[in-house]
Amino acid sequence: MSKHLLILGGGTAGTMMANHLRRRLPASEWRMTVVDRSEKHLYQPGFLFLPFGIYDESQIVRQTRDFIPRDVEFVQAEVNQITPQDHAVTLKDGRELRYDVLIVATGCRTAPEETEGMLGPKWRVNVHDFYTLDGAKALREKLKSFSGGRVVVHINEMPIKCPVAPLEFTFLADTFFRERGIRDKVTLTYVTPLSGAFTKPKASKKLGHLLGDKGIELVTDFVAERVDQENDKLVCFDGRKVPYDLLVTTPTNMGDEAVRRSALGDDLDFIPTHKHTLQSLQHPDVFIIGDATNVPASKAGSVAHFESETLADNVIRHIQGEPLKEEFDGHSNCFIESGNGKALLIDFNYEYEPHEGNFPFAFGPMKLLKESRLNHLGKLAFRHVYWNVLLKAWPLPGISRQKKKPLNA
Amino acid sequence: MKKNIAGTEIDVNEEGYLTDMSQWNEQIAAAIAVEEGIGALVDGHMKVVRYLREQQAKGAALTIRSMGKSGVVTTKELYDLFPGGPLKKSSKIAGIPKPVGCI
Repeated sequence: MSKHLLILGGGTAGTMMANHLRRRLPASEWRMTVVDRSEKHLYQPGFLFLPFGIYDESQIVRQTRDFIPRDVEFVQAEVNQITPQDHAVTLKDGRELRYDVLIVATGCRTAPEETEGMLGPKWRVNVHDFYTLDGAKALREKLKSFSGGRVVVHINEMPIKCPVAPLEFTFLADTFFRERGIRDKVTLTYVTPLSGAFTKPKASKKLGHLLGDKGIELVTDFVAERVDQENDKLVCFDGRKVPYDLLVTTPTNMGDEAVRRSALGDDLDFIPTHKHTLQSLQHPDVFIIGDATNVPASKAGSVAHFESETLADNVIRHIQGEPLKEEFDGHSNCFIESGNGKALLIDFNYEYEPHEGNFPFAFGPMKLLKESRLNHLGKLAFRHVYWNVLLKAWPLPGISRQKKKPLNA
Repeated sequence: MKKNIAGTEIDVNEEGYLTDMSQWNEQIAAAIAVEEGIGALVDGHMKVVRYLREQQAKGAALTIRSMGKSGVVTTKELYDLFPGGPLKKSSKIAGIPKPVGCI
């Protein structure tokens, strides 16, 4: 009888794993299944652009099935519970799936209900988010008619997925309001629980000027106790208050609710995972990838991509009874929109903070940690790379899974 | 880089955070607390500091939430104990790395 590899989650990480492993596991020996609640695959980096009308919905939504290999079954269902001791997963519709090897790629979600007052009557009236498709669309409508006032961009707590996105949103908003001729009627404030917009020394030194240059106010070390919707104020535990006319918040991020139902996660429902092998710390036949893990890497598509290459090797090794590679190094890279049609590119891992240098990308040299038009074009072009190369788990030319050591390190 | 704290040569980064948490002791914590404007450390501070060091040694992510839920201290008390920057100041005093984003 053939064995069963089960993948929970058909987002970026789950889809890449299905493609990697279908090529490497003989169909006669291994059955494969992907489970996801949604039939739609969302290009999440597009949520940053959608509120400003740079992308529309049709450019960032595809059918999940179209990216999953033919010989992999796709089950559209909500996961109820994982019981690793039985090698079983139950679905909300009552079905039970048995597995030999399980890959959990259930990602993370925003949890606005975690902050008192956030989901009050003005949620999506003047309290908005852009980390969901519905949120990004509602914010686009809000921005269309926004004529001026106090705009506050807020991070509730770390970790969040795509950690620089709120800062990018702030930069893009500066450009957006300027192009609409109302920048002088808008104040832009960035509120963070961390000690600065940039917290790592090299980035802070190189990029610290960006906020001041754009007239963006910075409020740091701010942990929101509640959103006071009656008075349109964000209230910190130490009593500080930040008034807003439009609040663009990044709610607390948590793992999937199925993780909590299965009692497999930490207090944010992220699953304890070996940070170099991606194996569960509790259950050897369970592997975790992408935003669902608790590893101290960024929650980002690039991280899931680098992880997928290591994890594909490790699943094969695990099946063959060989020791796992302790290979994943936290490698992450991303384009960061800095406004005015420019972007930065950063590359880092567990050990090395983002640094300057050249990035060996296939279509021309890009500068690391430096604003340029080319980086912005790279970010826009990346949407095509995502749909056509990344999800199908083809290698990205010149970009290795482990970070190359910086020249001056 | 090296820094003399409480009479001992300690390895720190450019922002004064210890780079090797094993070099830490309570005298060092007390000296950093004075530098950070926290003043004398009382029991409440030390509970937080010990909790942070335990979590760090376990490799767990340090968040205000996990501390609030741990029963060690509420978020409000944390701000009262370490005004102006509860996580960054308590981490510095505990001899562990500063909580950071990705840039």
